[in-house]
Amino acid sequence: MAISYIFPEFEVVRNFDRCITCRVCERQCSNGVHSYDEDGKVMLADESKCVDCQRCVALCPTRALKIVKNDCTFREDANWSGATIKEIYKQAESGGVLLSSMGNPQPLPVYWDRILINASQVTNPSIDPLREPMETKVFLGKKADDIRRGPDGELICDLPPQLELSMPVMFSAMSFGSISYNAHESLARAATELGILYNTGEGGLHEDFYRFGKNTIVQVASGRFGVHEAYLNAGAAIEIKMGQGAKPGIGGHLPGKKIVGEVSRTRMIPEGTDAISPAPHHDIYSIEDLRQLVYSLKEATQHKKPVIVKVAAVHNIAAIASGIARSGADIIAIDGFRGGTGAAPTRIRDNVGIPIELALAAVDQRLRDEGIRNNVSLVAGGSIRSASDVVKAVALGADTCYIGTAALMALGCHLCRSCHTGKCNWGIATQRLELVRRLNPDIGTRRLVNLLTAWKHEIAEMMGGMGINSIEALRGNRLMLRGVNMTEKELEILGISHAGE
Amino acid sequence: MKRVYANEKWCLGCHLCEYYCAYANSGKSDMVKALRGKKIYPRIRVEGDDKITYAVSCRHCSDPLCVKSCITGALHIEDGVVCIDRDRCVGCLTCILVCPYGAVVRGEGGVVQKCELCLKNAVGSPACVLGCPNQALVFEER
Repeated sequence: MAISYIFPEFEVVRNFDRCITCRVCERQCSNGVHSYDEDGKVMLADESKCVDCQRCVALCPTRALKIVKNDCTFREDANWSGATIKEIYKQAESGGVLLSSMGNPQPLPVYWDRILINASQVTNPSIDPLREPMETKVFLGKKADDIRRGPDGELICDLPPQLELSMPVMFSAMSFGSISYNAHESLARAATELGILYNTGEGGLHEDFYRFGKNTIVQVASGRFGVHEAYLNAGAAIEIKMGQGAKPGIGGHLPGKKIVGEVSRTRMIPEGTDAISPAPHHDIYSIEDLRQLVYSLKEATQHKKPVIVKVAAVHNIAAIASGIARSGADIIAIDGFRGGTGAAPTRIRDNVGIPIELALAAVDQRLRDEGIRNNVSLVAGGSIRSASDVVKAVALGADTCYIGTAALMALGCHLCRSCHTGKCNWGIATQRLELVRRLNPDIGTRRLVNLLTAWKHEIAEMMGGMGINSIEALRGNRLMLRGVNMTEKELEILGISHAGE
Repeated sequence: MKRVYANEKWCLGCHLCEYYCAYANSGKSDMVKALRGKKIYPRIRVEGDDKITYAVSCRHCSDPLCVKSCITGALHIEDGVVCIDRDRCVGCLTCILVCPYGAVVRGEGGVVQKCELCLKNAVGSPACVLGCPNQALVFEER
């Protein structure tokens, strides 16, 4: 095609008064934006290749670089936004389905930001978490409905298997393949150090990481990649992935060029073949079918591991969750429409699924109404961004949260949304060895531990403010929440009052 | 004694260590002022190919050949650190010939220069280690 109608999205602004031509920008850019001009002894930039990952900005020793939004403007209006115009041009050039990475970026409501947390004043004492004990520990799994005693009066302690977490956060499923070996190692080591769990995603478990088994959730998804008996028994729990928030109803596709070496071995498929996870599990067409898989996995692990069923938040989520709670699953994980992804069709990512806040509240309420809330624990995921999101999720009924995007950001992700290109400059979403090397797991582990240690302090601080000293007492405690800027209906679904009420 | 060690596994070949070294030894208070438009003479060098890279600087050998071979006594040992008195160096470059690591280099002005662990400049501990973005350089006792 003769010309492209699409102008570069970003501008590379270099302060030549500060540039010492050390060429670190050139060496670090896998997109080939920067180059050195021997004749003029200056750095040049081809901004059409820039994805705004900020790697060059972060490494420039003299702060000579910044990346800014290109202010070149299409003739936009309220109907035809610049982004829409650009997508039309892109498809007219390529003829293909648009692909995107990371979570839904559309300006749809973020309910977390419309929910406010309570604090104690005068009539009930707040608690200072620095002076008094504050329990952030949670246990996931099926709970007993009542206390039972044997004929001798002794307590019957046949509680189904439980997972113990030091705080209500886990790292969500990201497969080895979609992210690098070093990213996986960082997550695994951080989870172990923090006393929480990370999730293998659908890519199998690299043999080096079996030693982190106690802090691992092993996933079984529709492609069944890397699943074998030792794998199932390696982790602390097994997760059946039915859906993903970023792309409900859609399977997965890891391109053949990422199926190299260790990834191919771990997934148990030949090098260079595309790893295609079907949209449905071909053996699951009903709750009864799901029950069969849940129990097959339990049989394979001598009923010692809790089984998680992960679903995307979609329109009928409450009914779906009710079915799952009756399928024998121990834990339900719900992934909201802002959940991240390594690659998804843009239309799906931006238009399919519902917000996690509404899904979580609806599911918790439905399970309570049906008297089966104790059958399962609930995990909320799909853009949990901060400690306050965690507190709000717990108060809406979650037992714990999954974080994916936030964890990757701790590792260096700058949300450039180019994971699908496989050229991640931060060594996260890539399998190219020279890029993978950029993420030193010693540094990655420390940053993850720092992030969650900070969150833990903040969670304790917020709970203390409410006069609550354990996650247990906060769970489903919707009286601690108030809404602003919401309709009656939204408040009704969330089960909270408006601020001022 | 604490020395600078390179871990090639994490080296990105970004060459920042060279620039931090040159800046640390420039005596200037600003990196731009020290390095902009100038050829740099770092005391650490990134070597390797497109597969593997690593930074090489003085090993501070316990029985250093360079000190033995120095004809003017410019190279000497201070508390285990191999140092150079640049006023005494005559630029015969014998030390460069004998150093098995290629860690002694000719500096600006013809006399020899080498890593002195930044103990004699304002930084106080190796600037290459502080500036390495991936902990591929460490300053530790082994």
